[in-house]
Amino acid sequence: MAIVEKEEASGELEIGEAVTSEEKPLGAFTRPRGGNGWKDWLFTVDHKKIGIMYGAAGLLFFVIGGIYALFVRLQLARPANTILSAETYNQVFTMHGVVMIFLAAIPLAAAFANYLLPLQIGARDVAFPRLNAFSFWAFLGGGLFLLSSMFIGGWWENAPDGGWFAYAPNTGVIFSPSKGLDFFAIGLQITGIASLVGAINLIVTVLNMRSPGMTLMKMPVLSWMLFIVQLLLLFAMPVISVALFLLTFDRLFDANFYNVAEGADPLLWQHLFWIFGHPEVYILVLPSFGVISEIIPTFSRKPIFGYPFMVFSGITIGFLGWGVWAHHMFTSGIGPVAVAAFSVSTMFIAVPTGVKILNWLATMWGGRIRFSTPMLYATAVIAMFTIGGLSGVTHALAAADTQQTDTYYIVAHFHYVIFGGIILGFFGGFHFWWPKMFGYFLSEKQGKLGFWVMVLGFNITFGPQHILGLQGMSRRIQTYSQGQGFDLWNLVSTIGSFLIALATLMFVINILTSWRAFKAGKTPAPGPDPWDARSLEWMTASPVPEHNFDEVIQVERQDEFWHRKWGKNEKGEVVRRATAEEVAHDGSNTNVHLPAPSYWPLIAASGLPIIGYGLVYSLWLCIVGGLLILGGLYGWVFEPVDDPNAEGDHHDHDGDKTNLTLDEGSDATNEEVAID
Amino acid sequence: MRRWPLTETSVTESHQEHAEHPETTLGVSNDKLGMWVFLGSDCLLFGGLISTYMLYKDRIGPTDLGAEEMFDIPFTSVSSFVLLMSSLTIVLAITALRRNDIRRSRIWILSTAILGAIFVGGQVYEFTVFYREGLGYTTNLFGTSFFTLTGFHGVHVTVGIIFLMSMYIQSMRGKLTSAQEERLEIIGLYWHFVDVVWIVIFTIVYLFPQ
Repeated sequence: MAIVEKEEASGELEIGEAVTSEEKPLGAFTRPRGGNGWKDWLFTVDHKKIGIMYGAAGLLFFVIGGIYALFVRLQLARPANTILSAETYNQVFTMHGVVMIFLAAIPLAAAFANYLLPLQIGARDVAFPRLNAFSFWAFLGGGLFLLSSMFIGGWWENAPDGGWFAYAPNTGVIFSPSKGLDFFAIGLQITGIASLVGAINLIVTVLNMRSPGMTLMKMPVLSWMLFIVQLLLLFAMPVISVALFLLTFDRLFDANFYNVAEGADPLLWQHLFWIFGHPEVYILVLPSFGVISEIIPTFSRKPIFGYPFMVFSGITIGFLGWGVWAHHMFTSGIGPVAVAAFSVSTMFIAVPTGVKILNWLATMWGGRIRFSTPMLYATAVIAMFTIGGLSGVTHALAAADTQQTDTYYIVAHFHYVIFGGIILGFFGGFHFWWPKMFGYFLSEKQGKLGFWVMVLGFNITFGPQHILGLQGMSRRIQTYSQGQGFDLWNLVSTIGSFLIALATLMFVINILTSWRAFKAGKTPAPGPDPWDARSLEWMTASPVPEHNFDEVIQVERQDEFWHRKWGKNEKGEVVRRATAEEVAHDGSNTNVHLPAPSYWPLIAASGLPIIGYGLVYSLWLCIVGGLLILGGLYGWVFEPVDDPNAEGDHHDHDGDKTNLTLDEGSDATNEEVAID
Repeated sequence: MRRWPLTETSVTESHQEHAEHPETTLGVSNDKLGMWVFLGSDCLLFGGLISTYMLYKDRIGPTDLGAEEMFDIPFTSVSSFVLLMSSLTIVLAITALRRNDIRRSRIWILSTAILGAIFVGGQVYEFTVFYREGLGYTTNLFGTSFFTLTGFHGVHVTVGIIFLMSMYIQSMRGKLTSAQEERLEIIGLYWHFVDVVWIVIFTIVYLFPQ
C-alpha cells in the first residue's frame, strides 16, 4: 500500500516540478513533519498556530505603527517644531495609517477569526488549511514589502506619502514621483490577496464545517460577526484591487486613469477607494463587536440579550455599509442629491449600531457582573465607541461635515471608533482568550493597571483633538505657528500618546511576567474554562490540543457548553449540573487525522513580494516570483493533503498508533486517508 | 474512525458516496463552495473594471477613432461564439468523465482549451489591429480602459486554459477518472463564469455603441 502511494505521488509531481524520487515523493524535499520547533511554525497548516502568528505579527505591526504615531505627536507637540521635515511627516503619517489599518487591525481580527471561528463552530480546522497558511504568509510578505519602502533607496526616501487613502490624482507620478506609492499600491495588492483568500476560506468554513446541530442561528455572536466580516472582505477587496491596479498601471505603464490632464475623472479613485473603504470600517469594527459580545455575557453571567437582534443588526450594518461611502466625499462636489442621500443612509446605519449598544447594556442589566480585565475593556469599548459613534453622526449632517472635513475633529472621531472601538476590544479579547490560547493567566493586577493607563492615555490623546478640530486645526499639516490656540491641546495630546505607548509596553511586560510566574508555579493553570464561559472553544483543554476536540460535539442549543454545565432544578432555579472539567474534552484523543504540514503555501506566497520588487525595479524579478508562485501552486495541488509517510498524524501525542495501522491496512488512497 | 470534512481536494473514489451522505454542513464539497465564493468576489473585480470603462468610453481626443469606428463586430461576434461554444464542450467533457468515458472527456477538454485559445488569439489579433489603426494603450482614456478591461478578461481565459491543459495532462497520465470528476466540474464553473462575463463585456463594450 505504501509503495503504491509513493508512486502515485511522485508520478503526479513530475508535471509541476519535474522531480521524481522514490524516497522523497514530494519533490526535492522530504515533507515537513510536525514538532521541529521553528519549522513547526513555518510549515504549519494548523488554524490555531496561524491565528497566533497573525496575532503576533499584528501586535508587532501595531507597535511599529504606534512608533510612527509617536513621531507624529512629537512633531506636533510644540508650534513650529522641526523634528520631521514636511516630506518625512507626510511619509510618517501615511505609514502610520497604512500600517495600523492594513497590517495591525485587519490581522488582529484575522487572529481571532483563525483561532476562534473553527473552535466556536466545533470544527477540526478551517476548510482549506494550506490556503490558510498561504493567506498568512502572503499578508506577512505584503506587510514587510510595504515596510521595506522605508529603507530601500535611502532612509525615508521611498516611503509612500499620499495618506492611507492615497487620493489620486495626488498620488500619480506627477505629484508623487518617488517610488513610495508603487510600494503602497503593490503592497496593499498583496495583503489584499491574503485577505481575499482568507475570506473565501473562512466563509466556506462557516457554511460547511459546522458540527452537527450547530445551525447558523446557534452560532456565537463572535462567529456571526466574523462571518459577516469575511463576506464584506470578499466583496470589498476586489474593488480596492481594481483601484490599485489602475493606480499601478498609471504609475508604471503610463496609463491615464487618474491623470486629470488627460481627461480623467478626479473622483474615480475616491469612489473606488471608499466603496472599499467604508465597508472596511465595518470589517475593522465588527470583529471587536463580536469579541465584546462574548465577554459581556460571560462576565455578566447572563445570556446575550436579544441574540437575533445582535445577529441581524450585524447583517444590517454589513448591508448598509455598502451604501454610505460617499459621506467621505461630501466636500468633493458630488452634488446636493447625492449628498442628501448619503447623509440619510449614514444616519440610518447608526440605528443597528445603537441596537447593539443597547443590547450590550441590557445584557449587563441585572447581571452579576465581575469586573475582570476583559470586562473592563468591553465596557470601555461600549463607552468609547458610543462617543465615536455620536461624533460620527455629526459627520452625517452634511452641513456640519463641511466645517469638520479635514480637521482634527475627524481624526478624533475615527480614533475613538478605531482605537476605542476596535483596539480596546481586541485587548479585552487578548486578556479573555489568553488562558485558552497559551494555558496561563495574564496577571489581573497588571492587566487592570494597564487598562486604566490605556483608557486614560487614549482619552487624553484623542479627546483634545475634538477641540483642536473645532478650533480649525487642519489634519495632515506638519506644523502650526504659535498664537493660534493650538499649543496647549497639542501638548496634552502628545503626553496622552505616550501613555498609550506605556500601556502597550505594560501589556507586553504582563505577558512575560505572567508566563514567568506560571512557570514558577505561582499562578494556577487555568483549566479548560477559567471564566465560566458559554461557547464551544472553552469545551476543550487549554491550550487547545492540535485536534481541537476529542469527539464531534452534538449541538442542541445556543450556548451549548453553558447548558451542559448548568441546568434548572425542579424549583426552576439555575443549578450547576456538571463542572467544566467534567464536560470539557481533555485532549487525550490521539486517534484523529489532521492535515499534514506543507512547504508549498510558504513557497507560493514568497513569490508575491518578489513580483512586487520586480514591478518596481526590474521586470526580470517578476519572472522569478512568477515561477515561485507557479511551482508552489503545482506542488501544492499535487501534494496529497495528508502525508502518507507521516509517523502519526497527531503531532502532540505519540502514544497511540492505532490510526497508523489502520491506514496501512486499508486500501484507501492518500486522499481518502485524509478525510477519514 | 469518524469522518471529518477536512480535505482541500476531495478527489477520491469515495467522493460519490460522500455525495450521497454529505459530510459537509451544506452537502456541497468545500472545494466547489470555495469556487462559488471566489466567483462572487470576481464579479466585483469585473464590476469595477466595467464601471471604469463605462466612465471613460467616450473620452477620446478630437482626432481619435471612437468605439464605433474601431470595432469589427462580425469578427468579435465569431470569436465570442467560439468562446461560448467552449462552455458546451466543457459540459460534454464533464458528462463524459462522469460516465468514466476517459477518451471522450480528454477530447472535449482539449477542444475546450483550443476554443479558449482561439478566442485569446482573436483578442491578440484584434488588439494588434486596433494598435495599427492608432489606438495604443495610452492613446486616450477609451483605449486605456478598453485594453485593461478586455485584457483582464483575456488573462482569466488564459488561466482557464492553463487549468484545462493541466487536467489534460493529468488525464493522459491516467489520473483523471470519474472519481476526480469534481475537479473538472470546478474548473467548469470557473470557465462558465468567464464566458458569462464575456457576454456582459461584449454587450456593454461592443454592442451598446452600435
